[in-house]
Amino acid sequence: MAEIVNREEMAQGTIILNEIKAPRISQKAKPGQFVILQADETGERIPLTMADTNPEKGTITIIYMVVGKSTARFKDLQIGDEYYALIGPLGKPTHVEKVGKVVCVGGGTGIAVLHPIARALKEAGNEVITILGSRSYDLLIMEEQMKTASNTLHICTDDGSHGHHGFVTDVLKDVLEKEDIDLVVAIGPIPMMKFCSLITKEKNVKTLVSLNPIMVDGTGMCGCCRVTIGNDTKFACVDGPEFDGHKVDFDELAKRLASYLDDEKKSYEAYEKAKAQ
Amino acid sequence: MADKKPKKIKVPRAKMPEQDPDLRRRNFDEVPLGLTPEMAMLEASRCLQCKKPLCVDGCPVSVKIPEFIKLIAENDFSGAARKLWETNALPAVCGRVCPQEEQCEIKCIVGKKGDPVAIGYLEKFAADWERENGSGEAPAVAEKTGKKVAVIGSGPSGLTVAGDLLLKGHEVTIFEAFHKPGGVLVYGIPEFRLPKKIVAAEVAALEKMGANLECNSVVGASVTIDELFEEGYGAAYIGVGAGLPRFMNLAGENMIGIYSANEYLTRTNLMKGYLFPEYDTPIARGKNVVVLGAGNVAMDSARTAMRLGADSVKVVYRRSRDEMPARDEELHHAEEEGIEFVLLTNPTQFFGDENGRLTGMECLKMELGEPDDSGRRRPIPIQGSEYQFDCDLVVVSVGSNANPLLTNSTPDIALNRWGNIVADPENGKTSKKGVWAGGDIVTGAATVILAMGAGRAAAASMHDYLTLGW
Repeated sequence: MAEIVNREEMAQGTIILNEIKAPRISQKAKPGQFVILQADETGERIPLTMADTNPEKGTITIIYMVVGKSTARFKDLQIGDEYYALIGPLGKPTHVEKVGKVVCVGGGTGIAVLHPIARALKEAGNEVITILGSRSYDLLIMEEQMKTASNTLHICTDDGSHGHHGFVTDVLKDVLEKEDIDLVVAIGPIPMMKFCSLITKEKNVKTLVSLNPIMVDGTGMCGCCRVTIGNDTKFACVDGPEFDGHKVDFDELAKRLASYLDDEKKSYEAYEKAKAQ
Repeated sequence: MADKKPKKIKVPRAKMPEQDPDLRRRNFDEVPLGLTPEMAMLEASRCLQCKKPLCVDGCPVSVKIPEFIKLIAENDFSGAARKLWETNALPAVCGRVCPQEEQCEIKCIVGKKGDPVAIGYLEKFAADWERENGSGEAPAVAEKTGKKVAVIGSGPSGLTVAGDLLLKGHEVTIFEAFHKPGGVLVYGIPEFRLPKKIVAAEVAALEKMGANLECNSVVGASVTIDELFEEGYGAAYIGVGAGLPRFMNLAGENMIGIYSANEYLTRTNLMKGYLFPEYDTPIARGKNVVVLGAGNVAMDSARTAMRLGADSVKVVYRRSRDEMPARDEELHHAEEEGIEFVLLTNPTQFFGDENGRLTGMECLKMELGEPDDSGRRRPIPIQGSEYQFDCDLVVVSVGSNANPLLTNSTPDIALNRWGNIVADPENGKTSKKGVWAGGDIVTGAATVILAMGAGRAAAASMHDYLTLGW
């Protein structure tokens, strides 16, 4: 079980796609839900929102960026290898309905999470305007799939190597000026979600974001993933991972994500060193 | 003057050899070292072999106490272990974590005039002896009935149900959300109180009896109970535990360095954070640690923090020493290891630095007023008694609520207003046909042995259902 049946390297090998055998999860999973994976018995439990599911084949797809030891160990796994643990589908699915015009904003591996949501929103009859951002064009993922999942697609790059030279927020502002937007879905790095939410709050446009706090069990048992939403503390694993972007305390989330920064760094360096030898 | 009758020499209650507190407070090895065979036989000889043993009445799973003790006294340790297994699938666990002092031992006749027979020590001894020296032969199971049972959750109540129904010849599959079986025995109770190899051995014994184990299976998420019935299961037992930690809703509670006891213990025990970086999951090693709450879980957290290298560990509790809910033995062990109890004190807020890391907290002194609903004197804040102090790690151990993950996916199971499953206290039957429940998901956070007792009752009722009908 949890065997990798397909594997791709994207964005210059910094982002990895795994299609994994998971019949039960593939039958149940809906856009916006996540799984927890563990490479082996000594590994960490890592939550990843699913990028795709294939109930006929009985597989799910995850796309992750290599940022530390745990994801580096995931990267080592090849086709035919199995994850030691895979559980899901966890969290609440995205509420998909026809609202009219929707802007989907994606950055980094957030684009992978955004993809099934954009597709479902378009299938529900919405007009989907997508804005994708990356540092440079060669780091952008899933452009073709997002083109299919959207009515209009805008690309932004920090270095100007393709599309708009600048941030997704520039284009978002522009779109909100020109069009009547009913919903914004923003998924990507925390600063991106934070600034998108600030812009849409000014315009009073409902905004969904998908949060990625540190988790352990992913089933509500530990409270590690707690986030402040308005005046309340919520558990992203069971109450989320999607929340109203206007209410999320992004600064607290960013700080909590750095809880183990020193340990993670040491651990990754030791791993790289051992691998080099 | 008549001659004095020769005085019968009274054998004193065995004293459990333990790791020295100064050593053990810095390691994760088990604290009690166990009785030697000689000590066990001597202790077993103290049992009066009562015709109507009150101790058995005190045991939630009715362990055949005088019978297994007699076998120990007769040097048949393997026989004693097998006698235990007749009514208890987890004797090595119970011998360690049961509150014997308020169950079997409190009823012991020997205890009326002196110290009761050390039933817990003897149970631990027999189970350990069999694990280390026994044949490894599984107890015999009845002829196959062809009925399939789903046990959801592999904690103490689920394992008890599995054991009982396997003995009766049913086919049992245990579903566990985590990657390792054992539930709270594995993620919650620390290694120094319950070595994980012991839980693994007890689960392996069930597998030898024929249990199927499906780890990484979140019933409610990857499969529902109704789907299990469609797959051919004839009955289901829900023993998923409480599993939704409570926080105190205080300012600053989401700062880095504040953990729920569940997270703190899961990272340390299940994920083996204490072995980081050999294991990948990190755990904060606080220097000035505060544990909020005074139950067994709070003691486990405090003693874990000491083992992870703390300079100071304080247990902050709003009532007085007499009301601390943890077992006496746990309180005693904690104090021996240098843990400080700060009583009649309640936290009010937390302070941190610009990175959101905890640096200190504020507490308020309390005094005891009139008794409340629980019969305990209500703690009342003393106005103006606030004081602040430094700390870099806080573990919130004030209990758990019912986790809704499974019950949300099973809307036809009746819940009480706190979200706990409503189950018949006699037999564990829920409002849904073919479904039983027991343990913390029904009662709210309680003990291992009460969960096992609920499992025992449910298993009997499930067997009736599978053979006779609802």
